[in-house]
This record gives sequence, structure tokens and C-alpha cells, in this order.
Amino acid sequence: MQNPLDSLWGTVISGFVLTLVLFVVVTKFIGV
Amino acid sequence: MEFLPGLERWFHLMAGVMWIGLLYYFNFVQVAAMKAATADSTAAGISKHVAPRALLFFRWAAVVTWLTGAGLLGANFVSAFTFRPGFALIGAGAWLGTIMLINVWTLIWRNQKKILGMVAATDAEKVTARRVAFLASRTNTMLSIPMLFFMAAGAHSGQFGF
Repeated sequence: MQNPLDSLWGTVISGFVLTLVLFVVVTKFIGV
Repeated sequence: MEFLPGLERWFHLMAGVMWIGLLYYFNFVQVAAMKAATADSTAAGISKHVAPRALLFFRWAAVVTWLTGAGLLGANFVSAFTFRPGFALIGAGAWLGTIMLINVWTLIWRNQKKILGMVAATDAEKVTARRVAFLASRTNTMLSIPMLFFMAAGAHSGQFGF
């Protein structure tokens, strides 16, 4: 499997996916 | 001294724009430009005259951004980094920014010095350094997206529905 960071758009999409994951972790598991 | 937080926020934003602006320049512009410039033998201009200057402002803007951010957190510094109630959003942004700062000074700058010939390195070491610096820079580009989200959400929680 190719590293998504090798592609610029793979990097940007990974950033948005990570944002979603961290948003769920912070709001659901840690608490705002 | 009641204007100090305002000054800190002003400098935090200016330094942050320079840091992340140069990060995006490296990733959105310079990587592709170097590939094209290498193909027509003009890459030396970028690696000799552009990259060292860009890296200088990049790494020191990262320090100023972090220090002014820490100053803005002030007495809430520990609360943010330990995700205390009311500080989880800005805490997530602060952690991401801190990881990015560490990436800049350890993985990116240390390896860029080898790539640009500022410290001695064999050809094999330069190949490794190029790959590590590239992936660290791409990692920071990826991390900048949630970092900016949590910074904005932490400072303007009402607009994000919190």
C-alpha cells in the first residue's frame, strides 16, 4: 500500500480524516 | 499590562501565518518545483538561495508561534495540556502545535542541514535525510489541518456549536 503522505492530496485528505477522528475523540471521550 | 494578551495574540497570529505559510510553500510549491528544476538542471538556485532563507524564517517562526501561544494560555497552560474541562479543544490544538514544533527542530531542520550541505553527510546519509525530512514535512502539513481546526474551535467555540 502506498504511503498517503507521498501524495499532496493524500496528505490533505489524511489531515481532514485525522481532524474528524480527533474531533470524535475530544468531544465523545475526553469532553469539551 | 492589560494589553499584553492582545499583543501576544497579534504576534501569535503573525508568526503562525509565517510558519504554516512557509510549510505550505514547501509542500504545495517547492517539492514539485524542485522535481521540475532538477529535470532541467536549475535546482541549485532553489537549494542555494531560496530553501536556506525559507527554512530560517520557518523554524524561528515556529518557536515564536509556540512561545506566544504558551504566553496566551498563561495560567491555563497545564489545564490545556491535560485536557481539563473547558480546555480540551485548545489543548488538542496546543498538543498538535507542540508535536509540529518538535518535528521542525528535530526531524526537518536536522535533516535539511545534511541535504543543503550545511553539515557533512555521505550520499547515502543524504538520501535517508531527504526521505525523513520529506515525510516529517508532510506529517506537519497533515497535522496542521486538525491543529488549525482545534485552535479556531478553542478560541471561537460558539461558532463551532460548543
